[in-house]
Amino acid sequence: MSTETSLSSSIGIVQTQHYTFAQDQPFELESGATLSPVTLAYETYGRLNAVRSNAVLIVHALSGGAHAAGYRSPDDPKPGWWDDAIGPGKAFDTDRFFVICSNVLGSCYGSSGPSSIDPATGQPYGLHFPVVTIGDMVRAQLALIDHLGIEKLLCVAGGSIGGMQVLEWAARHGDRVKAAIPLATTARSNAMQIALSEVGRQAIYADPNWQGGDYYANGRRPDAGLAVARMIAHITYLSEQSMHSKFGRRLQSQERFGYQFQTEFQVESYLKHQGHAFIQRFDANSYLYITKAIDYFDLSAGSGSLAAALAGAAHSKFLVVSFTSDWLYPSHHSKELVSALTAVGADVSYLDIESSAGHDAFLVEVDTMTRLLGSFMDRLAREERC
Amino acid sequence: MATDSLRPDLQIIADLVPPGVKLLDLGCGDGALLEHLARAKGVRGRGIELSEEGVLTCVRRGLSVRQGDLGEGLADYPDGSFDYVVLSQTLPYLDDPEMILGEMLRVGKRAIVSFSNWGYWRCRLELLLTGCIPQAPDLPQRWHDKPRWQAFTITDFAHFCQAAGMRIERQVYLARGRRIHVRKFKNLFSTTAVFVIRVSFQ
Repeated sequence: MSTETSLSSSIGIVQTQHYTFAQDQPFELESGATLSPVTLAYETYGRLNAVRSNAVLIVHALSGGAHAAGYRSPDDPKPGWWDDAIGPGKAFDTDRFFVICSNVLGSCYGSSGPSSIDPATGQPYGLHFPVVTIGDMVRAQLALIDHLGIEKLLCVAGGSIGGMQVLEWAARHGDRVKAAIPLATTARSNAMQIALSEVGRQAIYADPNWQGGDYYANGRRPDAGLAVARMIAHITYLSEQSMHSKFGRRLQSQERFGYQFQTEFQVESYLKHQGHAFIQRFDANSYLYITKAIDYFDLSAGSGSLAAALAGAAHSKFLVVSFTSDWLYPSHHSKELVSALTAVGADVSYLDIESSAGHDAFLVEVDTMTRLLGSFMDRLAREERC
Repeated sequence: MATDSLRPDLQIIADLVPPGVKLLDLGCGDGALLEHLARAKGVRGRGIELSEEGVLTCVRRGLSVRQGDLGEGLADYPDGSFDYVVLSQTLPYLDDPEMILGEMLRVGKRAIVSFSNWGYWRCRLELLLTGCIPQAPDLPQRWHDKPRWQAFTITDFAHFCQAAGMRIERQVYLARGRRIHVRKFKNLFSTTAVFVIRVSFQ
């Protein structure tokens, strides 16, 4: 099959599109607040077939965007964030599937978020933007899917917070999705994960340039705070082993200790670089909103048990994947999910992939992931005849 | 991925399973049995497999397979959720045979178990003449090979089933990959046995 030959090529030049809705009737959020209008940035790859049965929704992680595959221009140095998996002959084969990826509500890559203009004031929302949940993000995606004329998605796939959205889709909108691929995720954020989010947020709050979130006008942005938040988060995406083999105790640019407080170890330099790169491309308020949505996520809330929450997903097909060295969303979270899915009789495949790459493995273990996701998608294409 | 020649005990199992049933294969390996049953008999199969390579191959075959350790039991599966639960050539490796067989008959109406027979005459002779623990012809492993195994015979297993309140509904015997029809001395002439087991109604 095409996925095994893996002479994968790029989808080529792609364009981000925008869909704006809820102009007349405000979009109601789980918190009770409303938002109007709502804009979602999205990209699509491949063609929707005549019976509209080959649509696949890809959902991104915390700092991702709608640009999942291909290049923005001929001289764009970097492809979309999941170009390894999306394209002709790849796991999400754009010769067969119509792939959609949209930027989540609250983000800063073209969808409505705290850096968007509040129509009431003509100024960026800042903290006046309502707090959004994973459920809100997914209901906004649902509006986009309706707009695209898709009754039922063949599959929803994503990792980390993307995986939470996948689970939300399957559990609460099971009639709109045939299969789900939650990767390196959890059905419920626990105290440790909330704690890590909160430390990142505190770093942003503590930056005087944050100014209560109202920093867009005066050009002073909470870069230092956001960089520290990213550095903390980045550590949680790696593992002890991957950090040890990447950096060990090596020093960056000298042979001996300087006995001072400048960046000395390679790992320090790396984190500094990660933080610096992140502030160029991400909005601190969006970081607050999205991490808050992650913390609020608990699929079983209000249902009594995870199995009860997943009762609506009993007829869906699942491919659940975790990674042995992921300590942010450890494998046992996925195993609990698989147990609940098994209990409700869902068709579930599960693999805990041996990897030392930590949470990042879902983007890094390309060979195994291509094999696994490609096989599962081949099966869906066969069983659903698309 | 065509699998025209199944391992002999798997072929026997495939013949014993009626079309269209729901079946769980424990330690399903590369999924050869599940794929065959799905294609040839429309069986709705699920599998549990420990190895990453096994799970990857099963998903490649389009099967629904979970990675899992049988030692942890089948707690996630509701009672009676399958018509058949299969355990092929795996029992000697399990720490708690009584637990797993009990679980198989809880989640399935019937269990099918295939296992190598250390009561085979050559095994007996080997132990007698060489004084060394014999390798089962259909499960050639030395005593120190991984994973650890526990030798047992057809007679051992029959006694065990009786004591555990399990009724052997059907039994098929193989000698070096071929089905044999024996009334007596099956423990002496078989290298592998396939048993269909139900809960005893006593």
